[in-house]
Amino acid sequence: MTARLIDRALGRGIRSQPLKPDVSHNIILYLEDITVSFDGFRALNALNLYIEAGELRCIIGPNGAGKTTMMDVITGKTRPDAGSAWFGQTIDLLAMREPAIAEAGIGRKFQKPTVFGSHTVFENLELAMAGDKSPWKILFAKLSGEQLGRIEQVLETIGLTHERDRDAGSLSHGQKQWLEIGMLLMQDPQLLLVDEPVAGMTPQETERTAELLVSLAGQRSVVVVEHDMDFVRSIARKVTVLHEGSVLAEGSIDQVQNDQKVVEVYLGE
Amino acid sequence: MKTSFINRLLQSDRGSGIFLGVLLLAAILVPLLNLAVPEGSALHVPTYTVTLLGKYLCYALLAIAVDLVWGYCGILSLGHTAFFALGGYAMGMYLMRQIGTRGVYGNPILPDFMVFLNWKELPWFWHGMNHFPLAMLMVVLAPGVLAFVFGWLAFRSRVTGVYLSIITQALTYALMLAFFRNEMGFGGNNGLTDFKDLLGFDLQKGSTHVALFLATVIALALGFLACRYIVNSRFGRVIEAVRDAESRARFIGYKVESYKLWLWVFSAMLAGIAGALYVPQIGIINPGEFAPLNSIEVVVWVAVGGRGTLYGAALGAVLVNYAKTYLTAALPEVWLYALGGLFVLVTLLLPQGIVGLLRKLRKQSS
Repeated sequence: MTARLIDRALGRGIRSQPLKPDVSHNIILYLEDITVSFDGFRALNALNLYIEAGELRCIIGPNGAGKTTMMDVITGKTRPDAGSAWFGQTIDLLAMREPAIAEAGIGRKFQKPTVFGSHTVFENLELAMAGDKSPWKILFAKLSGEQLGRIEQVLETIGLTHERDRDAGSLSHGQKQWLEIGMLLMQDPQLLLVDEPVAGMTPQETERTAELLVSLAGQRSVVVVEHDMDFVRSIARKVTVLHEGSVLAEGSIDQVQNDQKVVEVYLGE
Repeated sequence: MKTSFINRLLQSDRGSGIFLGVLLLAAILVPLLNLAVPEGSALHVPTYTVTLLGKYLCYALLAIAVDLVWGYCGILSLGHTAFFALGGYAMGMYLMRQIGTRGVYGNPILPDFMVFLNWKELPWFWHGMNHFPLAMLMVVLAPGVLAFVFGWLAFRSRVTGVYLSIITQALTYALMLAFFRNEMGFGGNNGLTDFKDLLGFDLQKGSTHVALFLATVIALALGFLACRYIVNSRFGRVIEAVRDAESRARFIGYKVESYKLWLWVFSAMLAGIAGALYVPQIGIINPGEFAPLNSIEVVVWVAVGGRGTLYGAALGAVLVNYAKTYLTAALPEVWLYALGGLFVLVTLLLPQGIVGLLRKLRKQSS
């Protein structure tokens, strides 16, 4: 008991080997019959969704369709009333808490960018780097050559190499969004959840973001929630339409846009 | 090797270099001008001034401790003099035990105030305090343990911002009331005083005061370098991240509570050391040191000097206290208004304090 208290005070925590998802069946995320109710309102209604390894998937749907709730369930923020959620073949997401899920390899980018404004771009990435984050380790931590290389590689990926020594607070809105994606990448996630990445971006920034997200897919799976249909068209190979807490349609962007049910939901009311 | 280590600590920070240079200069000049220059010479520094400077430097160390948690981690402590006073009391207990039979009542074991209260034996927590190493351990342990328990409860419950500031005020106020009670065994109202010697050196002698001044300079320099190491390490970047976006720091996997707790405990220990150096130079410690107003004054020093710079806090402590020494003698009724006005002015006009102003001027001129 005391040993555990001291451990926790020292920030050591009880750290098991980080779990890695088993994607031998080529599916990285299984959501099956997920139901979430808030005071009788069904935010998710027996939702079924499968994400393939390396896939870039767009999720669209009108307000209140359950997009954010779905993200909350995957990242452990909300517990569903029923259903199951698996990360790969072996990791039961519903049995885990938020930090454990993040450590297992699911990264989430929120809509509003929050970067550490008084730190440089480089330092932001350094802070986000995967690894032992207990106070004593961090007090004496030094960047290894390998870690430095990793940071430089991510800087390159998000296109902020020239801004590396700038305060993150002075970046443009779009650059902050990319930096935040970079911070997610430093945690080396297998599945990236990205919530409305291009809201408030200029057309050029939107284009850059599309390129970035497309380049990320392949090595890892990316799930993007977005309202901007032009943006979705520019990146998506497969689109899922949510409506009233379950999947209304799924397929290529053209299939989905010509789907009668989808047209009704978006235009009918 | 050694110089490169110090260079790395200072990391192109000019203010820190100047600060350490000034300390070194003071460590050489002040003893020299006090001991080697004859009295009556215009260059002679009287012992009174040496002690006064020593006091300012103790305050500077306390201000650095406050700046470490406030400037870098956003924890506005309005109760840091509680830790300062606890360190001071630990030192005071040692000094009381050194008096021995030279007290008014001549009791070899019991300090005068206990004889006066008709106590027959030493309370348990006074045992062993006649040993210097144990007393020095208590100087850091007493504030450290209190800070640990307090921080453990407060940070785990995620008490932040103004609420945390208010409970730190309550903490120091409660300790003040407790120490005022005779039953506590710390001399009540009068506190601990009438000290004779420290490690066998007579506290009435000027040379002892010079030695204490030097000890304070060394403690301040080491404390400053330790803080500098912390804020320049990745730990320092984490606590700044906590200050700017606490939940975000938590989200990327930092145990924010642990970081705050250890920083807080370290800061409290520094404050304790400052208090321990303060007491033999001033010659008394009483519950008045716990007064909430004192803690607020420390925050004013840090704000005036410029928070988040460490040396700015030290500068603020020395300047404000010099002004206090001057004004309380010249215009005693004005002092409190001056202090209040200073805080308002600095907050409105100099949010980065004197250091911020100097940086701005340098930027404009270059």
